Amino acid sequence: MTTNTLLIPALMLYLAGSAGYVLFFLVQKESWYRAGFISVLAGFLFHTCAIGYKYAHGGRLPVANLHETILFAAWILAGFFILIRYRGRVKILGVFAVPLVALMTGAAILLPDTIVNLKTPFNSIWLFIHIILIFTGEAALALACGTAILYLIQERAIKTKSNRFFFKRLPSLEMLDSTGYAFIVGGFTALTIGLISGFVYARQAWGHFWSWDPKEVWSGISWLIYAALLHERIVAGWRGRRAAILAIAGFIILVFTFLGVSLFLGGHHYEFTRW
Amino acid sequence: MPSGPNREKARIVIAGINHNTAPLELREKLSFSNGETVEAILELKSMVEIREVIIISTCNRMEVMMTADDPDKAVARFKAYLSSTRSMPPADFEGALYIHKDDEAVSHIFKVAASLDSMIVGEPQILGQLKQAYQSAVGAKGTGVILNRVMHKAFFTAKCIRSETGIGSRAVSISYAAVELAKKIFGRLNEKTILLIGAGEMAELAVAHLIHNHADGRRYIANRTFATGEALARRFNGQAIRFEEIEDTLVSADIIISSTGAPGFIINAKKIKPVMRARRNRPLFFIDIAVPRDIDPGINRIDNAYVYDIDDLNGVIDENMDARHKESIKAERIIDQAVIRFRQWYDGLDIVPTVKALHDRLSFIADAEIKRTLPGLDKFSETDALALKRMTEAMIKKFLHHPTLFLKNTGSHTDKALYLDITRRLFHLEPDE
Repeated sequence: MTTNTLLIPALMLYLAGSAGYVLFFLVQKESWYRAGFISVLAGFLFHTCAIGYKYAHGGRLPVANLHETILFAAWILAGFFILIRYRGRVKILGVFAVPLVALMTGAAILLPDTIVNLKTPFNSIWLFIHIILIFTGEAALALACGTAILYLIQERAIKTKSNRFFFKRLPSLEMLDSTGYAFIVGGFTALTIGLISGFVYARQAWGHFWSWDPKEVWSGISWLIYAALLHERIVAGWRGRRAAILAIAGFIILVFTFLGVSLFLGGHHYEFTRW
Repeated sequence: MPSGPNREKARIVIAGINHNTAPLELREKLSFSNGETVEAILELKSMVEIREVIIISTCNRMEVMMTADDPDKAVARFKAYLSSTRSMPPADFEGALYIHKDDEAVSHIFKVAASLDSMIVGEPQILGQLKQAYQSAVGAKGTGVILNRVMHKAFFTAKCIRSETGIGSRAVSISYAAVELAKKIFGRLNEKTILLIGAGEMAELAVAHLIHNHADGRRYIANRTFATGEALARRFNGQAIRFEEIEDTLVSADIIISSTGAPGFIINAKKIKPVMRARRNRPLFFIDIAVPRDIDPGINRIDNAYVYDIDDLNGVIDENMDARHKESIKAERIIDQAVIRFRQWYDGLDIVPTVKALHDRLSFIADAEIKRTLPGLDKFSETDALALKRMTEAMIKKFLHHPTLFLKNTGSHTDKALYLDITRRLFHLEPDE
């Protein structure tokens, strides 16, 4: 059995879920929202089986090549999205999150699942924490970015007084702003602890906390952007448009750190994103 | 509806006045209080010309819906009743009275229930008022099979329309539009502070509407004439401030409604920037109802500050009106379908169609059973099958002999429709249920 046997149905269900959320957005019927969510839930089940299968086979978290890393990130994002659905007030967020999960799952299916012999030891609890928390933090920050995009659209609609299409369909600015803020607080916390556990692991594996590896540097830059955003919000009451733009910028840097650094710049994380 | 000479079934008729046909003065005079309604139903029901009766009386309408063998006679009786209880000659209200019969009456009551006939189309209270009117009528034993059915279908259709069309979900007045916008900016309006600058009916209405939508924070009223401001402050349970204090108040206010006769801007963009800093960028929403404008439109370019003037608000309303018009077309289609379905039921409420439907139902069951049994019997010829068929036919006829006789002669004092309806329900003869 290849994992694709599980991943293709997962992708199909994620695509169906995306369609459900888009329809919910367009016609505002609760039933489409429910259908979308059930599809995502079913897709996540297949996805989880695929991840579990890989974990059982490899005896480690499946993050050893780009195929696995993206697949794992998509899995965490989908899981996070399902988890917050019960608390989340911004239903429309699925319009952003579910297609992103589908896109990542699709990309993972296309990427080859190359067998790699890892040089780095994989059996550390710190590495486990590092991976889980970084990915969870990134999932939260991805949703923060989605919320920020929705905020900007709604803010435009209200300011220009002309776009009733979005005005009617999107939630209030206050709700988008506070939800985005909650995602950033959560994501930033996870990212911070994740980075610290990464340092501890690096000390164990390579003997030093920090080695000016490109991924480390870019992670630091992303971390600083979010730290600045939170600082300004708490001290100067930064909110609304500027906070939204910064949340989007932060996420772009984060994506670059996730993919770009390994692809273009190399470093010790390189082997996890090889393809 | 059938109008042949043998028609024995009661017809539906509505007579009434509403906000389109009668001025408030007349509506007041013709309205019924709860007690009067019951009294009137008992009185009208006792007349031979009237079989069933429901009275609907709200501030915008007064209608009586009846079933009667001769609708015109029933209406004449009602007019006489109205004239004697209000001590008014019928000529004083006849001009305002509309009369709908049969399908038209059903369609009318469906429209009333769905709030398509309301002064503010889509306003939700009417359905509740109608339910109350129906309950009073049921309590006074005013209704029978036909009006019960009409009312249940009216409630059901209204619910369908509410859930399937956007009627009732859109703002069609300045104050509605202002509340709609405020909600899109602030989410919930709880604890939001309102600042009213100036006075005027529209501005005060907007404040009242915001408060009605749970804007329960502080309220400030600024007026050139302090005494006027104080009077308004008492009304809205707020605090009067001087014009000079407006700038300081902007730090704590969230929603500003301005409606003064000032020739120039009262609040300039330049003043807002420091205010936003002091507010820590919490959103600020200006509603400018004044002509010429009070609020510098440049403020709308500042982050987290939003300015809507009267034209902007009217733009919102126009679009909602358009959308509402489209939605009401959809709603009318739903009503047309409901009227057709009701009419099918009504037409079936006669002896001939009921007996025929009963016969068809039994034949259908017998045929199905024969079809199931025959293949299992091997020594059965074609002629045997025919004989069997004839036998079941004869049985059905005998089964139906007494029920048919009974339905034809239920007695002159009983409501034939009731027995027909029970028969139809007993044997499940309704196509849509």
